[in-house]
Amino acid sequence: MQSSLRNMVLSLTLISLGASAGLGFVYEMTKAPIAVTALNKKLDAIKQVVPEFTNNPNDEMFMLPTDEGDSLEVYPAKNGEEVVGYAVRSYTNNGFSGYIGFMVGFTPDGAIYNINVLEHKETPGLGTKMVPDGTPEKPEFKDQFKGKNPAEFQLKVKKDGGQVDAITAATISSRAFCDGVQRAYNAFERGGLK
Amino acid sequence: MNQMQNFTKGFLKENPILVLVLGTCPTLATTSSTMNGLGMGFATTFVLIGSNVVISMMKNIIPDKVRIPAFIVVIATFVTIVDLVMQAYVPSLYETLGIFIPLIVVNCIVLGRAEAYASKNTVWSSFVDGAGMGLGFTGALGVLGAIREILGSGAIAGFKFIEGDGILVFILAPGAFIALGYLIAIVNRINKA
Amino acid sequence: MEYILLIISAIFVNNVVLAQFLGVCPFLGVSNKVSTAIGMSGAVTFVMVLATMVTYLIHVYVLIPLGITFMQTITFILVIAALVQMVEIILKKISQPLYQSLGIFLPLITTNCAVLGVAILVIKKDYNLGEGIVYGAATAIGFGLALVILAGIREQLELADVPSGMKGVPISLVTAGILALAFMGFAGLV
Repeated sequence: MQSSLRNMVLSLTLISLGASAGLGFVYEMTKAPIAVTALNKKLDAIKQVVPEFTNNPNDEMFMLPTDEGDSLEVYPAKNGEEVVGYAVRSYTNNGFSGYIGFMVGFTPDGAIYNINVLEHKETPGLGTKMVPDGTPEKPEFKDQFKGKNPAEFQLKVKKDGGQVDAITAATISSRAFCDGVQRAYNAFERGGLK
Repeated sequence: MNQMQNFTKGFLKENPILVLVLGTCPTLATTSSTMNGLGMGFATTFVLIGSNVVISMMKNIIPDKVRIPAFIVVIATFVTIVDLVMQAYVPSLYETLGIFIPLIVVNCIVLGRAEAYASKNTVWSSFVDGAGMGLGFTGALGVLGAIREILGSGAIAGFKFIEGDGILVFILAPGAFIALGYLIAIVNRINKA
Repeated sequence: MEYILLIISAIFVNNVVLAQFLGVCPFLGVSNKVSTAIGMSGAVTFVMVLATMVTYLIHVYVLIPLGITFMQTITFILVIAALVQMVEIILKKISQPLYQSLGIFLPLITTNCAVLGVAILVIKKDYNLGEGIVYGAATAIGFGLALVILAGIREQLELADVPSGMKGVPISLVTAGILALAFMGFAGLV
């Protein structure tokens, strides 16, 4: 088709309008499902790290400051009126490939209930061993943290004088793991939740 | 060329990845496992079919000089639809593929087919062309994903058949380049024979 | 200090081509000769910094206030396409030698996924404008580095006796794979 200024502007405008209308429609359609999916994902991550609860921890979320000046999200888990645990969304930037995100669950006395790695980019086969690979019998790296209270349990790998058995050939990832859990605990302790 | 040939040309003879070597970025990035490769392939196929059909419908009302921007708008629209829908219904795949979903918009295959085929042919032929090319792309991604998963994690489509770790380098970046290099060499050999 | 880490990470550890698979097409396409590789890197650096800046501003001052962040892909790609065109026109007007050395690469850049990729990553990683620009520039330098190294190797490969099936793209890919393996040595640096 021959191009003139008029038909160029007109056709581009029409196409853009059509595209925006279509996208707006799809956006409205998918808005609710996307929100639901995101919420479920968060609740699943919380469920895995605290004892069974009946409330919606997401509605009662609050922030706790860390020693570095930023703050972490804390999700209280309640069974009826009684608080059974807190899930702390923690992180570290010291992983072998940088950022690692955690969900760390504490029982109200300050002991670690369970830990969930939410996102990481560690080396497959080495650093990735901090994430369970699905084989149920094998003891996992994170199992050694369960039930331990960081008040007496030194959150450092044995090489650094702590009590954590590092993953073979992945000391940096193991250190980063400890750092992320420690950050969660520090915020937890400073927040006076214990 | 009849529609059957039109459909199957993308499988081997004009395979977008293995012969034309287009769209290498998503090919390398998303094939660390079979399922990821296939997921990326189907997302791209949807965009290819959608944009091919719409562009061939509009080919007579788009002035030549603004052809490319108009194509880009259409393609980007379909990409955003895929992006939103995947985010809502297959969140885990959406997260694995990450930035490579919006990047379908710069996948040379999509714009290439729009310019070389859909802007000159009928709606139905463009649909067939998009589907064929998309499946060729998906197939190549699936094969590459399977090779890397078998070698790298001793598994296929998530089912582990070898205990322990595989040859880890194949699920890492270097393995992607090397596996694709040899795959293209093999297809070169087949196409020549 | 933060910026230095960001730069080292973007150039070596998370090299845009060899670790993140962005911009592989031009990486394979224009790595025959070192001189063209340098020209391409220059053009990419220029466009990438400019595009990161413009898309960031548009995201913060247009898309977010209007609540239409879902239009991100469509807006960014159009902005980049328009930007590339504008740069081409301006270069042609003001500097003929610069246009001759960079101009031929400009049309190729619109479909270089590294440019759009970086623009999206800057938003995704929550960088501020300064960090975004530094990240864009460092990524482009990383792209240039990988491109020039591969071009250097390919110039040498011309003289080697490569099996016929491996000639061209396959051998370049395998070479790039070995290069990526070498770059993995930088992991853990930051």
